[in-house]
Amino acid sequence: MATDISDLKRTPLFELHQELGGRIVPFAGYAMPVQYDGIIGEHHWTRDRAGLFDVSHMGQRILKGPHHETTAKALERLTPGDFQGLKPGRQRYTFLLLDNGGIVDDFMAARLAGEEDEGRLFMVFNASRKEIDDDYVRERLPDGVTLEAVEDRALLALQGPAAAEVLSGLCSEVADLTFMQAARAEIRLGDGRSAKVHLSRSGYTGEDGFEISVAADEAEALARAFLAHEAVKPIGLGARDSLRLEAGLPLYGHDIDETTSPVEAGLRFAIAKARRERGDFPGAGRILAELSDGPSRRLVGLKPSGRAPVREGAQILGASDAVIGEVTSGGFGPTVGGPVAMGYVDRAYADPGTELHLAGRRGAEPAEVVPLPFVPHCYHRPKSGAKQ
Amino acid sequence: MTTRYSKEHEWVRLDGDTATIGITPFAAEQLGDVVFVELPEKGKTIAKGDEVAVVESVKAASEVYAPVSGEVTDANAALEDAPQTVNEAPEGDGWFFRVKLSDKSELDGLMDEAAYKAFCEEL
Repeated sequence: MATDISDLKRTPLFELHQELGGRIVPFAGYAMPVQYDGIIGEHHWTRDRAGLFDVSHMGQRILKGPHHETTAKALERLTPGDFQGLKPGRQRYTFLLLDNGGIVDDFMAARLAGEEDEGRLFMVFNASRKEIDDDYVRERLPDGVTLEAVEDRALLALQGPAAAEVLSGLCSEVADLTFMQAARAEIRLGDGRSAKVHLSRSGYTGEDGFEISVAADEAEALARAFLAHEAVKPIGLGARDSLRLEAGLPLYGHDIDETTSPVEAGLRFAIAKARRERGDFPGAGRILAELSDGPSRRLVGLKPSGRAPVREGAQILGASDAVIGEVTSGGFGPTVGGPVAMGYVDRAYADPGTELHLAGRRGAEPAEVVPLPFVPHCYHRPKSGAKQ
Repeated sequence: MTTRYSKEHEWVRLDGDTATIGITPFAAEQLGDVVFVELPEKGKTIAKGDEVAVVESVKAASEVYAPVSGEVTDANAALEDAPQTVNEAPEGDGWFFRVKLSDKSELDGLMDEAAYKAFCEEL
């Protein structure tokens, strides 16, 4: 319990986390708050109002080239996304792929609209993977395109149904943004000061919200400006995990890794049509075959019938108690009001309604395959239904 | 009534030959929100050091080890529907189970309140 946090890296908000009573734990080499008042309360607060998350441990990166087409092509050599077709002011979810079709990391990449941002893609790598990603990307970049690690900025996520109202009160530019749009903006900090940020309407909770990149020396003032609103509370990593699990969002190193393909992980939406036709991304052999024939296993939602959480690593048992997979994320879903899990199962067991057993510490307990997400997404999508 | 404490952060409250056992406020605070408690069955004979219960928080599962030996005479069934009682009243309604002691001298190996308080402060 007496964790030595002195060897860990700190984000620009470390002192604020301590001041707010955050319980600090090691996470991916950083000293991060796992909770403030309690995970369940923080989870509900985010679903009902707005939660403020420090995600500054994540790896902010800029892929820089002479113009968009060159930069986009460089990223397309490593991912299955359509970045040449990414419009200014838009963001996409994608992943770095290995030649075997496994995933090096999953991340967001945004194209900002300003002239000064021409030729740049703003990316956010997972904290546990950012150095690995840097090596992987740099070894494969063409001349003229570079990957820059942004070390002097913090990243805040404001998530929940009240997030847009809170942010709009401090910044007029964001009201018109829809899900997966990105922009530069100025946020008022009080005292007549303001912070220049770039942000996207996205997140990792299944709720409407924003991820906001801000200069490290303005991060605390920005966090305090948000927290001054009665709808906003600070939220730790514990609720971040339960929120994303209920939203059915895979977590790198748990639900996806270098052995899992994006088709197995249910991420086929991020394999662009144009790229499927060209088949010009790493791992295309495996991935295209899985797209046409179906993968041999699939990541599915699992609902244990009892009240006890089933944890990562529990075996999934099919007929005659044969092991047909493993739980990759599992815990208690506060909004669901009971245990929830995700795991890979043999394709014969992947349909919703399939009954199976999960063998955790209490022995085999019944569970059912259920559709993901456990809790519907509440993203702010354009009303017109226009194709994005 | 005498209350003793284990290094595993259980409290043991003696009433005659029977001890009521739960986890301390310190342990409940460290665990965070409790979402499930698995308790020993009535009539089960347990020995000091046995893994007798499991308490699951949102984040993780933790074992509860028997601080004393004896026969389980009661388990707190209310925790099944309201596991959060462990956080709300760890030393009251959030009790785990009761044991008819087979060896009352085992209590001598546990800490009194002052010793336990000092123990926690060193953690």
